[in-house]
Amino acid sequence: MASARPLTGVVDTVGGLVDLESYESHDGYAAARQALATAPDDIIDLVSEANLRGRGGAGFGTGMKWGFTRGPAKTPGPKYLVCNADEMEPGTFKDRYLLEYNPHLLVEGMIIAAHAIHAEVAYVFLRGEYHQPYRELHKAIDDAYAKGYLGKRIFGTDINLELRIHRSAGRYICGEETALLNALEGKRAQPRQKPPFPPASGAWGRPTIVNNVETLCNVPAIVRNGAEWYQDLGIGDDAGTKIYGVSGRVNKPGLWELPIGTTIREIIEEHAGGMKDGYKLRGLLPGGASTDFLVEQHLDLAMDYGTIQAAGSRMGTGTMILMDDTICPVDMCRNLEHFFAQESCGFCTPCREGLPWVEELLTDIEEGRGKEGDLELLDRNAMFIGGTTNTFCLHAPGAMEPLASALKYFRDDFEEHIRTGQCPYR
Amino acid sequence: MARVNIDGRDYDLPDGQNLLHACLSERLDLPYFCWHPAMGSVGSCRLCAVLQYRDEADTRGRLQMACMMTVEDGLRIGIGTSDGEASRPAAFAADFRKQVIEWLMENHPHDCPVCEEGGECHLQDMTVMTGHSMRRYAGMKRTWVNQYLGPFVGHEMNRCITCYRCVRYYRDYAGGTDLDAFGSKSHMFFGRAEDGVLESEFAGNLVEVCPTGVFTDKPFSKVYTRKWDLQSAPSICPHCSVGCNTFPAERYGVLKRVHNRYHGEVNGYFLCDRGRYGSHFVNHDRRIRNAGVRAEDGVFEAPGRDAAVTAVAERLQDADVIGIGSPRASMGANFALKELVGADNFCIGMADDEAATMAAMLDAYRGGGFKIPSLTDIETADAVLILGEDISNTAARMALAVRQAARGVAFEMAKDAEIPDWQDAGVRGHAQHAKSPLYIASVASTRIDDLAAATRHGDALDLARAGFGIAHAIDSDFPPGTLDAFVASAAEALAAADRPLVIAGSEAREPALVQAATNIALALGTRGEDAMLALTASESNSYGAALLGGSLGLSDAVQRIADGAVAVIVENDLYRRLPGDGVDLGRAIVMDYLETPTAESSAVVLPASTYAEQTGTFVNYETRAQRFYQVFEPTDEIAPSWRWISAIGNAMGRDDLGWTDMDSLTKACAAAGVELSGLADVAPGAGFRVDAESKIPRQPHRYSGRTAMRANVSVHEPKTTVDHETPFSYSMEGLNTGDQPGAVLPYVWSPGWNSNQSVFKFQQEVAGALAGGDPGARLIVANGDTRKDAHQDVPPPAQTDLSNGTFVAAHVSYVFGGDELSAASAPILERTPPPYVLLNSADAQRLGVSEGNGVAIAELGASYEVRVDDGIAPGVAGVARGLPGTGVLTTTSVNLAADPDFVRRPGGDPNLIAKG
Repeated sequence: MASARPLTGVVDTVGGLVDLESYESHDGYAAARQALATAPDDIIDLVSEANLRGRGGAGFGTGMKWGFTRGPAKTPGPKYLVCNADEMEPGTFKDRYLLEYNPHLLVEGMIIAAHAIHAEVAYVFLRGEYHQPYRELHKAIDDAYAKGYLGKRIFGTDINLELRIHRSAGRYICGEETALLNALEGKRAQPRQKPPFPPASGAWGRPTIVNNVETLCNVPAIVRNGAEWYQDLGIGDDAGTKIYGVSGRVNKPGLWELPIGTTIREIIEEHAGGMKDGYKLRGLLPGGASTDFLVEQHLDLAMDYGTIQAAGSRMGTGTMILMDDTICPVDMCRNLEHFFAQESCGFCTPCREGLPWVEELLTDIEEGRGKEGDLELLDRNAMFIGGTTNTFCLHAPGAMEPLASALKYFRDDFEEHIRTGQCPYR
Repeated sequence: MARVNIDGRDYDLPDGQNLLHACLSERLDLPYFCWHPAMGSVGSCRLCAVLQYRDEADTRGRLQMACMMTVEDGLRIGIGTSDGEASRPAAFAADFRKQVIEWLMENHPHDCPVCEEGGECHLQDMTVMTGHSMRRYAGMKRTWVNQYLGPFVGHEMNRCITCYRCVRYYRDYAGGTDLDAFGSKSHMFFGRAEDGVLESEFAGNLVEVCPTGVFTDKPFSKVYTRKWDLQSAPSICPHCSVGCNTFPAERYGVLKRVHNRYHGEVNGYFLCDRGRYGSHFVNHDRRIRNAGVRAEDGVFEAPGRDAAVTAVAERLQDADVIGIGSPRASMGANFALKELVGADNFCIGMADDEAATMAAMLDAYRGGGFKIPSLTDIETADAVLILGEDISNTAARMALAVRQAARGVAFEMAKDAEIPDWQDAGVRGHAQHAKSPLYIASVASTRIDDLAAATRHGDALDLARAGFGIAHAIDSDFPPGTLDAFVASAAEALAAADRPLVIAGSEAREPALVQAATNIALALGTRGEDAMLALTASESNSYGAALLGGSLGLSDAVQRIADGAVAVIVENDLYRRLPGDGVDLGRAIVMDYLETPTAESSAVVLPASTYAEQTGTFVNYETRAQRFYQVFEPTDEIAPSWRWISAIGNAMGRDDLGWTDMDSLTKACAAAGVELSGLADVAPGAGFRVDAESKIPRQPHRYSGRTAMRANVSVHEPKTTVDHETPFSYSMEGLNTGDQPGAVLPYVWSPGWNSNQSVFKFQQEVAGALAGGDPGARLIVANGDTRKDAHQDVPPPAQTDLSNGTFVAAHVSYVFGGDELSAASAPILERTPPPYVLLNSADAQRLGVSEGNGVAIAELGASYEVRVDDGIAPGVAGVARGLPGTGVLTTTSVNLAADPDFVRRPGGDPNLIAKG
């Protein structure tokens, strides 16, 4: 009977790091063997059918993405698979868990994905600060090479795959897949204009598929157990499981692999143990810092792509940050916008020049220097920075999501700051 | 064409073109920063926002950047205006553009009153155009420490609005490596890793590429004048044979600066730094300002204009008179001199080896069988061979065009991947380092070697033999030369190309090299390709002088002088062309701008106008005759050489030299030969009027101080000179509509567009021809129809005993100070190296010298600085020519020995301390 928790089940069974031996003793690399004997296009079709959607935050169909670069490269030269392991979204630590405890799952997922898209070179673009994940993944890759699962003629087939780790120099924007590719090429980490999308012209101008860690980790179980099994794992429209996380003043902060579509309330109250005594939930960012606030009325919504989007936010990475009633929304926005302003790549005007202004306005308001008209300036900036086509990439619009929603749900707090000339939470 | 609705009006725009480009071609006022017509789109500034509507019913629209949109049929967009009246929803786009400016102005200093960009600042224009006028950002402004970037370009980073144009231009377009974008977020710095001279010889274009005052013209800053107070006229760069179009600008009798003058076929949007900074010789304190007649005591006296003319006439009256013209003098000056002395006594002023090489070049052009490419044509070449000419130093702007040609394959790859050609970062990212084939056969390393598929080094004859080998490899009917891997590979690449290009020239003074290049072009032509051959000459009017022709070689002329002839030497320093001890110029009459050694040796000197002080014609490497107009009136007794000659003729009682003005001189010159007939069509004559009645003002409409600028001299306002020579006036009255012929565009300036970006208002379409047509007339138009026989005389290899410090001598050139005029321009002087010899490291070691040491050159009786270049072939010495302090080498080999007493000295001519 296949595990209902294909990503983390084996970690619990083993009771910690799943090394190569433990991994193989729990059917590890069986999917890779199976996939290598399968036609690449059939794997793409299987993943499409399973309705696996990108777990990095955007939720793009993985099978469809792979399908953009079906078959061998059309022009002479390589194709690349890149794993986006630059997990820098504030409040998000799901990929880190997979890398630290189940690194072979990623290696196996990448072997299958590389085969599906005819790539013979794959990279893991790893967040620079992820030292332990680096050690575990490095060990896993070494072990896989030693066993002949990576390198030339893997698993005794005619298929080759070189898998390399690229440790990021540390920029949030590198999580944007085209900025990631620029950084991988040794260029400034600034996003690229799309089109061309990476499947057409990615790393070094070659067809490239970029997938998130969690996404790739879903692939082996799909290959092993089939699309229908995978679809049945999910509760609503979406398929599979999702690693959800909660940070904030709850009794048991952490992360859990649950059927995708579990409600927010269940995640917070059952798995995270509910709010600590004396703290009341005021709002939450459902999927990382760059998603709109949700509030009490949204607690019974299912955490899946469509439902959260319909509520005006995004599921994002699925790892939520809770704001309780002791936290000043203005201060929280100021904190977030400081981060986003800091992490702007500096390429386009609204992001580069708009975010620092927003941060400065928020700082003034929070520190009691807010003036009449500041909220209108915040609204105006949020509107003009927030339009998804107004900026070069989605960094700045993402930065405006928590701000615009805070201005909607917690406007009284902003007004009070300005009216009283101080932060009521201090 | 695609039907596109803009603000409710239908336009037919080129399908697939970039939308911003297309809007500007329609002369619509759509603001932008980061886009550049020569560099395409990257979408960084977000200023060109428009609203895109789904259909007629869509009243909301979606904000899009025009620079990132493709023109397609049915497109509906709104630009809107800052007052929101043009179309209601589009006011949102206008409001966004205003916001973009507000963001950019957060950190931009309000130093416009003291900023060199003030009054011609694209940022100022866009700020006004978008309607941003109230500062709401209350924070501190970001500041930077500026860098020293060398003598050409000033740096004021506080003004930066982070449009990325500078690095896109410097790195991506011009191939520079020492300017970059540093930092991130709102702390982006554009400069060098550390203080230092910008290496690229195209760095000066940063001044025009930067939309505000970060990169400024440093020499101009020292004598700063607002754009609206500058007087200018269309001109031609006098520093090489490319013939870039320029706008020199003047005030108070000082040539203040040179800006690019757009020409759709020649220089486009960019100049080289020799052209931009080389003209300060006009302000030199060693300008000859008055006629001088040497008295018996050997000292020049200044008897006044008329007396000097009389003195010359007397000296010429019954004498054997010869004329030595000049490849840097205008067609008019050379023609007038030739008329004065007669064809048999006229020498075009080049040394015999250069004249022979020029003859071979003209012979090739006249024979045809290929296309003579403009720079725009060069940019389209899909395989290039450069044979024995270091164009980065002799025709720098052409090297920049070759750099663009190398990108051809990138555009093809992008096309296959459906990436539009204007999507600059996409094209570059997709193609990575892919380059169209470029083969460079040169004496030494060149600054475009980074583009080359292969390079090959040798002396001129060796390179010529390789060239013959390539022609033979393409078509075995051509005589064989050297065959090696380079030859085979270059031949294959050229033969496979649709638009192959061969570039050679006169740098080596070796006709065989030109003939080899010609054979290659002809060999390619026989295969039915659209082959191109460009042959660069050394000076601005080398082709003009050669086309005019003259029976007298320079060595014959020297002999005539020795035999007692009186030489009239026009704008030519013979000591740059002949060994110094070979000629006595004690009886010579010299007309020139600067106190050259030739002028100082002569009997009479007459002060000649520089190109900026007169109207004339130069003929460039394509044999494109181009008119330059007088920018300002010279002071003192300075006059155009042809006027001196005409006056001398009058004084001698000749009635055939009485040209009254430029038009009559041009007419006479055009009648002097079939190939010169095109001179009549180069540019409009004095009678041309805009809209049939208006002259064209040299001064922009805001020119100030006319009544006051000479008040320190006299409170009486001088009468404005009436210009009978040209369609221009010395005033701000008149019309510069932009519809007049491109040759008579004195400046670009359009309502709302005060910066040089306004040029799109003067073009038929963005980056296309000027509205009134690109100027100039080609005198020889080679075509593929005439088929000429191959050159059969393959030269033998250079015969030199390479033992005991003997080397094959090869001429090498340098862009800064390598021509006579730029070497007398103060800013250039700072970049001019001392005389040097290039040796490879093994040869240097053999001589016991290293970089910076000196070697004595026996043939020159002088010691030069050693520069080690492993691009140079063993046994070959690259001997610098044309720099201040270099001698004239007449031998094909040199004997070198270490000079232990050599003292390394800074560059520049110690005798010519330029000011200006």
